[in-house]
Amino acid sequence: MNCIGADQRPLSTGISRRNFLKVCTAAAVCLGLPESFGPKLAMAAEKAAQRPPVIWLSAQECTGCTETLLRATHPTLETLLLDLISLEYHETLNAGAGHQAEEFRKNSIAANAGKFILVVDGSIPVKDGGIYCKIAGRTALAILEETAPQAAAVIAIGSCASWGGVPSASPNPTGATPVHEILKGKNIAVVNIPGCPPNPYNFLSTVLYFLTFNKLPELDAKMRPKFAYGRLIHENCERRPHFDAGRFAERFGDEGHRQGYCLYKLGCKGPETFNNCPTLLFGDVGSGAWPVGIGHPCFGCSEQGVGFELPLHSPARPLYITPPTQFSPATPAPGQGGSKLAAAIGGAAIGAGAVAAGRYLGNKDNEGE
Amino acid sequence: MALNRREFLKISAGSGILLASDLSPSLASEPKSLPPEAVGILYDATLCIGCKSCMVNCKKYNSMPKGALEQEYGEIPYEYQSDLQIYDAPIDLSAKTLNIIKTYTNGTGLNKDQEIDGFSFVKQHCLHCVDPACVSVCPVAALFKNPVNGIVGYDKDKCIGCRYCQVACPFQIPKFEFESANPKIVKCQLCRHRYAEGKYAACCEFCPTGASIFGKVTELKAEAANRLAAQPGTEYAYPVKTVDSAEKSVRKVSGYVDHVYGLTEAGGTQYMLMSGVPFANLGFNPAINDQAYPDITWSYIKKVPVLIVALLTAGTVIHLKTKNRKEKSTKGESGQE
Repeated sequence: MNCIGADQRPLSTGISRRNFLKVCTAAAVCLGLPESFGPKLAMAAEKAAQRPPVIWLSAQECTGCTETLLRATHPTLETLLLDLISLEYHETLNAGAGHQAEEFRKNSIAANAGKFILVVDGSIPVKDGGIYCKIAGRTALAILEETAPQAAAVIAIGSCASWGGVPSASPNPTGATPVHEILKGKNIAVVNIPGCPPNPYNFLSTVLYFLTFNKLPELDAKMRPKFAYGRLIHENCERRPHFDAGRFAERFGDEGHRQGYCLYKLGCKGPETFNNCPTLLFGDVGSGAWPVGIGHPCFGCSEQGVGFELPLHSPARPLYITPPTQFSPATPAPGQGGSKLAAAIGGAAIGAGAVAAGRYLGNKDNEGE
Repeated sequence: MALNRREFLKISAGSGILLASDLSPSLASEPKSLPPEAVGILYDATLCIGCKSCMVNCKKYNSMPKGALEQEYGEIPYEYQSDLQIYDAPIDLSAKTLNIIKTYTNGTGLNKDQEIDGFSFVKQHCLHCVDPACVSVCPVAALFKNPVNGIVGYDKDKCIGCRYCQVACPFQIPKFEFESANPKIVKCQLCRHRYAEGKYAACCEFCPTGASIFGKVTELKAEAANRLAAQPGTEYAYPVKTVDSAEKSVRKVSGYVDHVYGLTEAGGTQYMLMSGVPFANLGFNPAINDQAYPDITWSYIKKVPVLIVALLTAGTVIHLKTKNRKEKSTKGESGQE
């Protein structure tokens, strides 16, 4: 977090108003809202009687989703945790440990029932009663089933929680199951933020949207927020013009690869993966820093049935082929017929020709006489 | 010309019989059969993703020495010149473009390979007819059909630029170098300049999905029949690059029009197409039937030598019969004097 200047009036929590607004404006832009919504988001976050409580449960996961959140700089971790949300329970970030932490979780759930946002990362093993993942002696399955009905909304962060991810790869020995399938039929709002790891801003924007408008953002059929997963990576890719021009890297390190050509032939899964990596880049690493930006084909980590299921370098099956306006039509459009003007000009030409011919012939006849 | 009524009628009747005889197609030219080692291309529009890799590499490899687009200084002939030469988007076949991907769209154009509210790609280039019209009309034999692999090639040095082949070709394939001071005809030659180095058609070698595959025509026909027989929705291992390739692309069969274009059209072609939408939508003239184009005119053309001989003979006969008349009449006139 930036140092707070003497002239800036710090909020009670130690963040300058200026920085706070910056964070909210960035989130608004990420959501696809106009910049003017930044202050609205800020007001919503401020107005909340207390910072929104968040309980973060981890099941079969690698902590990558937590890591990506920790590395975000807009806002920085301390801003997020101390000013924007109240992280009540998170196994990696808990201050307390053991019975103390579990006790706090129980109390927090009881105190914030119906108000807290439940975040789950990692898939839930269901095979053999879910014994393959236990926290404090209880299965992840039992903890989720107990906690979810009391949450205001459930956010499944990462591919594992969204659709199974790595643990569900064949033969799926633990019966790894996504969160929304476990909560199916229980009338609980679930948002999926797939990705391995997902962009932290997609997560943060969803949280702030919920706080501001008191509803979840618009979701697609796979319960992903449309503002982040509405388009294929292929559609916004910085290398897309090369695809359209037929220029491809044929193999790693060849001339085309060095020229920055399209990576489709190297197995890029961009044409069948929905995500906003090309516009938001990856994490908060820096300019051009996302897989395709550094010359490696997209892996399709956020797409069910693509990442962790298809071979890394097998060619993708493009879902949509962009409306082919840049191709010539196979059958030329039928003509519209001659215009009246063209007909008039043609008629005039014929008339003039006839008159000229008549005169010529007439002259000839005269000469003959 | 002095000719009595009787002689005139005789000659007319003779010519009429001559012209009216043997006009049935049964006496058309010998049907040309597929050369034994005929090679060709099978294009499957349902696999094509419109990446234009075939167009780019066609241009690149035909611009190399002995290629169909070989240029002085070895440059690649861009359709649209710019300083950067970074984007080439030809709108049709031309003297600089031997191969082009075009599209069919209908309605919303969202569904691939569907006739209604759908779209489809199509790859246009020379179909390498079994009995090519362009070869039959070329007055200097610049165009020729290779008797072994069946490729319809041409010899630039022989071409006189008469453009008969442009008129004859039902698919409008041969293109003319209108921009050149010494223009020649240009068309796809199935990358025949690359066989010596063990390569094959560049459009197939660089097709990432197996939409274009190269191979012997007999094998391509068998592959096409297999695809037509496959149930839509089932998975099929499509060979990539060549018909006998070990590299496969497993895709779901999306359903075909029950026909392979080029099996019979215009007497059969060595470039064959499969598609999910009717071929009339893909720019193929529905008027093209199964008759080989040279056959259409053959029944007339083949009479030309006979006709010439007949006319010469008839003329000679008439001349002989009538040459003495003037002398006779002159004699008669002089006798009267």
